[in-house]
Amino acid sequence: MTDLITPITMPKFGLAMTEGKIASWNIPPGGHVDAGQEIADIETTKITNGYESPASGTLRRQIATEGETLPVGALLGVLAEPAVNDADIDVFIAKFQTDFSSDSAASTQADHAEPVLVSVGELTLRVQEAGQGSGTPLLFIHGFGGDLTNWMLNQNSLSTDRRTIAFDLPGHGGSSKIVGDGKPATFAATAAALLDKLDVTAVHVVGHSLGGAIALELAKAFPQKVASLSLIAPAGLGQGINMDFIEGFISADRRKTLEPVLNYLVHDKTLISRKMIEDIIRFKRLDGALQSLQTIAQACFPNGRQADDIRPALTAFSGPSQIIWGAEDEILSPADAKGLPDTITVTILPQAGHMPQLENAPAVNAAITQFVK
Amino acid sequence: MSKKSFRQAINEALRQEMQRDPRIILMGEDIAGGQGGSAGVVDAWGGVLGVTKGLYTEFGPDRVFDTPISEASYIGAAVGAAATGLRPVAELMFVDFVGCCLDQIMNQAAKFRYMFGGKARTPLVIRAMYGAGFNAAAQHSQALYPLFTHIPGLKVVIPSSPYEAKGLLIEAIRDDDPVIFLENKVMYDDEEEVPDEPYTIPFGEANLTREGDDVTIVAFGRMVNFANEAADRLEKDGISCSVIDPRTTSPLDSATILECVEDTGRLVIVDESSPRCNMATDVAALVVEEAFESLKAPIRRVVPPHTPVPFATVLEKLYLPDAARIESAVRSVMAYKKTKQDA
Repeated sequence: MTDLITPITMPKFGLAMTEGKIASWNIPPGGHVDAGQEIADIETTKITNGYESPASGTLRRQIATEGETLPVGALLGVLAEPAVNDADIDVFIAKFQTDFSSDSAASTQADHAEPVLVSVGELTLRVQEAGQGSGTPLLFIHGFGGDLTNWMLNQNSLSTDRRTIAFDLPGHGGSSKIVGDGKPATFAATAAALLDKLDVTAVHVVGHSLGGAIALELAKAFPQKVASLSLIAPAGLGQGINMDFIEGFISADRRKTLEPVLNYLVHDKTLISRKMIEDIIRFKRLDGALQSLQTIAQACFPNGRQADDIRPALTAFSGPSQIIWGAEDEILSPADAKGLPDTITVTILPQAGHMPQLENAPAVNAAITQFVK
Repeated sequence: MSKKSFRQAINEALRQEMQRDPRIILMGEDIAGGQGGSAGVVDAWGGVLGVTKGLYTEFGPDRVFDTPISEASYIGAAVGAAATGLRPVAELMFVDFVGCCLDQIMNQAAKFRYMFGGKARTPLVIRAMYGAGFNAAAQHSQALYPLFTHIPGLKVVIPSSPYEAKGLLIEAIRDDDPVIFLENKVMYDDEEEVPDEPYTIPFGEANLTREGDDVTIVAFGRMVNFANEAADRLEKDGISCSVIDPRTTSPLDSATILECVEDTGRLVIVDESSPRCNMATDVAALVVEEAFESLKAPIRRVVPPHTPVPFATVLEKLYLPDAARIESAVRSVMAYKKTKQDA
């Protein structure tokens, strides 16, 4: 009968996630759940996220209680049709728990890939790689003030059949705080050098915000390296930008001043956790981080406007390109995506702000998976 | 980024700052070790607990030197060197030895800026070990930060973890005023992720290590770890605590403490220094004066008894606050009911 029983286990939202807490069950014991419906909210040290049920069925058992913290892979509950009898479910649970306790120690060790430091010219870049397979590799480029953890809900999902590479842009995260003129073309040259260093000839590029403009500069300068462009809330399609975010992000030096600024990033403000704020403050404290951000802001958003217009380059790009945007973006307006050639798919996601890859990771991951097939 | 011990974090902060600024010098008893001895072993010790190990060989005898066992002379020399353009980091070894050089700190270094009309700078850091739990007896175990906090003109820093230690020490070295930097000697082997790059943590900004609605716990130095442990245990029983690590006792981030107490209405303060006129009494006075109306229960202080630190291991354990005692203090303020009718 075990093929009729589906275990619901603690998901792994990000590469660094080792355990999670059941913030709440959204389906009562005995309730029916459809595949893709959010069965529970899971809280990690970084984020609280809805967990979509991997299958349809009746939630016969809730093993984990609300507020309980469990390792990735631990049994949270059991789905089965009403026809399955309780004794079979008990046997299934007992077997799962025995297997899990013996496996867990070994498997968590293997899954946990740490970012590495890679030297590229005079720069040191922090790089997180995942996945392998025959698919064309995929490169993630984060935006202003971000780092590779911006992709924590995406990189694993997109690594099932290909190598994926996320890195901290110069001036950000664990990379060197050397940004040159701070312009997107300069960062694009760095990204190209990183690909050379990693022996990667061509990639699908996923760029977020300023990283979208960088992705396009990469395609412009090195067209042979870019197989496709997925631009998430990209900079450079309009002139307007929320300078309260840019200036506030630069000047905020403590939790209390940074929190309201980070609220601009998301539609659901509860996503901004204490840990997320602390991680960003830690990055901002590093020698050179503040100057780097100032240089980039000066180069990319002088006088409160976006300096670069990427429309001509986007129209000229010969490969496939798509745009994904949160409808509730408070930093760059999704209206900027209007008036593009029909060949460019535009997906506007409701109930999401400037970081749809965090707020609606399943939709963003599906759009990219579809696109890079 | 990699895991580093409290000891390594401090060593790395000193090394990176010395590479950046040639005016930084280190001085103290046995910080290089063996220079003056007949055996001629260079850098044998790196301080009694090995914190400065390797710095003598990297920066040489002009910048890292052992001093005679005379606190009055070398702390005095460090104060003078700071006033005349160097940026010394002097190691007092055990903070208890401050008795031998208090005039140099209290009447000289702390007063220069004020008495010279704001024109004098004294960029001096005095590092010292503090705290009980090392079985080092009454003259080597005190937590004397209230003594320094009492003196206007000094900044006083008590890091609670390796990450905090590196950022706060670099901030201390770059500060133009005299800073007393106190390291809990039991924590040198504590490890956590510490960035490889230099970074600074500003003074006077408390760190909220736990966020909760029921009780505010303010803890200092090593006590922050015990407070976190207690908070995590209490959370399982549905009692949620905020834990505040003020990081510096001077300046003190009173705004964060007051805001937090206004939210929770209950306060427990954990301080391993002797209980009379310590940081716990200071924070209690602040809250009673500024946030009295928000208090739902009396303030509880988790502090040692007013005695010298005992040498006997069992007594020393009894002397020090721990997670269990913090937990019971939190439970007691949660259980408190007003017995008298409010007028």
